[in-house]
Amino acid sequence: MSEHGAIKKFMYVNRKAPHGTIYALESLEVVLIAAAFDQDVTLAFLDDGVYQLKKGHQTKGIELKNFQPTYRALEDYDITKLYVEKESLESRGLTADDMCVPVEVKSRADLGRMMEEQDVLLSF
Amino acid sequence: MLHIVNKSPTERNAFDSCLATAQPGGAILLIEDGVYAATRGGPAESRLRTAMTKLEIYALAPDLEARGMASAVTEGVKLVDYGGFVDLVTKHDTCQSWL
Repeated sequence: MSEHGAIKKFMYVNRKAPHGTIYALESLEVVLIAAAFDQDVTLAFLDDGVYQLKKGHQTKGIELKNFQPTYRALEDYDITKLYVEKESLESRGLTADDMCVPVEVKSRADLGRMMEEQDVLLSF
Repeated sequence: MLHIVNKSPTERNAFDSCLATAQPGGAILLIEDGVYAATRGGPAESRLRTAMTKLEIYALAPDLEARGMASAVTEGVKLVDYGGFVDLVTKHDTCQSWL
């Protein structure tokens, strides 16, 4: 830690659908823990990861925790950079209006460039 | 026979492998992330519609609800609950799970 106290750019890359695997929930848990360290945090949702933000999750029937409301709490932790990949949305018949939180829609190429700018990438 | 698919069609090839193998007159039950194959506007919709002409297609409603996709189900897909899941398994002599 030669740059003690320096703010680094963290990107969480979310590519898995919710509920079928534990990745989505685990990513969210790590994001919330890391939020305490005042870093520059970006969340990217691509491929099946866009399904994590599809509004209207009702998990009572499958008896799993509904963690979707937690995405709305991210703002309170100053995590406001949520990027959703355009091609992934379109190929799944979804639009930004289907998302449960305000997001910015980015092209695959833009996301690729943003990945290059990060200090740390965390993949889920 | 009953085919059960629990993987997203955009994540794994389980759904396509199932469609390529399933014989006319059989049934496919989509569960867990497999239910995305039963939704409109996705890349699997046209393949599902083709499959519907020779196979019965079912999807587990609680899994659709959990994913916020209950209102986006492709017409012709029959929804079942957990009791219906059990009925399908007992109604068919054999089951193949495309894990």
